Amino acid sequence: MSIEAKEEFRPKIVAFCCNWCSYAGADLAGSSRLGYPADVKIIRVPCSCRVNPMFILRAFEKGADGVIMCGCHPGDCHYSTGNYYARRRMTLLFSMLDYIGVENGRTRVEWVSAAEGVKFSTTMNEFVEKIHSLGKNVRLGDLRCRN
Amino acid sequence: MQRIGVFVCHCGSNIAATVDVKKVAEMALLEPGVVHAEDYQYMCSEAGQEKIIEAIREKNLTGVVVCSCSPRMHETTFRKAAEKAGLNPYMVEIANIREHCSWIHKDMEEATKKAVILTRAAIAKVNLNTPLKPGESRVTKRALVIGGGIAGIQTALDIADAGYEVDIVEREPSIGGRMSQLDKTFPTLDCSACILTPKMVEASAHEKINIYTYSEVEKVSGFVGDFTVDIRKKARYVDMDKCTGCGVCQEKCPSKKAPSEFNRGLNTRSAIYTPFAQAIPNVPVIDTDSCIKFKTGKCGVCSKVCQAGAIDYTQKDEIVSQKYGAIVVATGFDTIKLDNYDEYAYSQSKDVITSLELERIMNAAGPTKGHLERFSDGKAPKEMVFIQCVGSRCADDRGKPYCSKICCMYTAKHAMLIRDKYPDVNVTVFYIDVRTPGKNFDEFYRRAVEQYGVNYIKGQVGKVIPQPNGKLLVQGSDLLDNRQILKEADMVVLATAIEPNEGVRKIATMLTASIDTNNFLTEAHAKLRPVESPTAGIFLSGVCQGPKDIPETVAQAGAAAVKAIGLLAKDKLLTNPCTAQSDELLCNGCSTCANVCPYGAISYEDKEVNDHGIRETRRIAVVNSALCQGCGACTVTCPSGAMDLQGFSNRQILAEVDAICR
Repeated sequence: MSIEAKEEFRPKIVAFCCNWCSYAGADLAGSSRLGYPADVKIIRVPCSCRVNPMFILRAFEKGADGVIMCGCHPGDCHYSTGNYYARRRMTLLFSMLDYIGVENGRTRVEWVSAAEGVKFSTTMNEFVEKIHSLGKNVRLGDLRCRN
Repeated sequence: MQRIGVFVCHCGSNIAATVDVKKVAEMALLEPGVVHAEDYQYMCSEAGQEKIIEAIREKNLTGVVVCSCSPRMHETTFRKAAEKAGLNPYMVEIANIREHCSWIHKDMEEATKKAVILTRAAIAKVNLNTPLKPGESRVTKRALVIGGGIAGIQTALDIADAGYEVDIVEREPSIGGRMSQLDKTFPTLDCSACILTPKMVEASAHEKINIYTYSEVEKVSGFVGDFTVDIRKKARYVDMDKCTGCGVCQEKCPSKKAPSEFNRGLNTRSAIYTPFAQAIPNVPVIDTDSCIKFKTGKCGVCSKVCQAGAIDYTQKDEIVSQKYGAIVVATGFDTIKLDNYDEYAYSQSKDVITSLELERIMNAAGPTKGHLERFSDGKAPKEMVFIQCVGSRCADDRGKPYCSKICCMYTAKHAMLIRDKYPDVNVTVFYIDVRTPGKNFDEFYRRAVEQYGVNYIKGQVGKVIPQPNGKLLVQGSDLLDNRQILKEADMVVLATAIEPNEGVRKIATMLTASIDTNNFLTEAHAKLRPVESPTAGIFLSGVCQGPKDIPETVAQAGAAAVKAIGLLAKDKLLTNPCTAQSDELLCNGCSTCANVCPYGAISYEDKEVNDHGIRETRRIAVVNSALCQGCGACTVTCPSGAMDLQGFSNRQILAEVDAICR
């Protein structure tokens, strides 16, 4: 790394949003013009229970600095129980990730309903700020993926 | 390899003002598989769709990416356009560069960069899309209406008039709901019962309407067109078929100390009771908590006096299971509890009442037979103070953030009626704003002020202090005069905020319908689909969706009925083809997936498989695509990775992840 090429850190953040609540919440944040950093990119999934831990591992492997998963509030899942499975899976996955060096702050689960545009925006702002304080994720980056 | 076309929408200036759309199209052309990219002012317009159709035909496209607004908005539009051109509609993906990009970012360079990445992810996904074909499911030609207030009654009547069977489930012993508790209605001052009871009678006499009162929805399964609902018919202890509704049992019942729910606890009722005189059905229920027979085993007076022999102490709750094509939620509202507003002395003084209680007091069938009097000493009041927005428009979590919408008008009504009947009573209203947006509403309010001399003071009340002399000292402020006000009142009426009825969250959970933080059910689109829940086959009627008055409720009830009829009129529905599928070579029949499936869509079959030349019979998972709703729970839980979800496959999502992290 050359000395002068110290660029501003722009984190790569992947947000998995369930179609029924959180994706709609993100839409509401959009139509209400509630901004959050462009570093967050959303992937739509039918339900938070569709988020395979493999997707999150892959994101970190490919250089993501943070991954957030958003779903319907517990009890409000469009498919009744999906977010409960997701919650359990993520609890395990995040503690495992922490163990191997991907700090807990880089992963987050948040429940955002379709009516919570404000919550979506504040959550994303907070999360990006957190990632900024943690800096680049180097732990799980696959060297082969580096340019 | 796919041949993909990318279409970037300007959305007027909605996208183009912050995203360099030309650049997005240009960058898209560099992606693998993309053979065509263009931008256009309005992709969703006729001309825009034509561009997509043309490109599909001319360039032989096998996949389409539209960079535009949210897929929740126009995914169907573009899928239909693709279908017109002969492309499978599920080969279309949307990159949401409006709600998730242009509208929330200000910097052009940044927004453009993000739009390029989002487009890249959509292209990566389309590269792995496969044509999907929706299945078909049947429609049960019967509707369920949950709630028997004016909203539910109107919806049921409209659906039944169209020729479909309707069941109403009402948890109280009678239909009628809140409207049956009201005395007069604004802005015409019609008698509420006079306009409601004919509707109640019409509903109960309608050959297509079946009413379950004193019943609750217990369990809901299935999906649009084919719901199965368990209804708990609570034991009435009175035989509906035998009872003639003579009312002797209620008269003779020795236990008369139970607070009357219908009169908001202002007086008492017997243990065996119908809530009000015009109750439908006119069959009483026994409240076992206050019935002497149930408490001590000794009494049985009602059974002795009943000529028809309708009393049956051994009756049990009954569960009825019924199939429905559509479900309408019309669960209505209640007033909030006033525990958080003790400064108004509601719990300390009997003369501080809510507006709904005043409604009962003003009613000829109410606890005071329609005479306005103080509950503490039975004297007629001379000074009345109304306090508006009690719990409404509250900035903190003490109350509700929303405007309850009906209070300004009913307070004007109450003030007017009191001044009309008791001209010597002074009426003062403390308000934050008077909101009268409705037909003839402002005229009505002005009449209260100008013709009836109601004293409106702009300002809030800080405290109501009960005085030793029995009066109530009201401390308020007059914002227009900029002064503090101390006023002695005989009665204080609180315009209490309304909130969705208790138990609506439980119902929403059963129906998997979304609900907001205030417990109002969410509509599919705030402007364009106001009576539909995002969950297919669930419709919303009345205050369960948001505060509204009677005319609005009736209008919405009709709209919900039309939507339900539109569904019931179909013989078959197309099902979502994005369902799970199991790879028979990977599946080992462990049953893990079936355990997490909320729809019971997974079963097991012994199937002969050819695993690299070895033929053997294995137990493998089979997904019933008519039942599968495509949540994907099974795909993640499967230990061998045999389950995958069409339209959101592992490879597709990983491709999106890769594209974003590239």
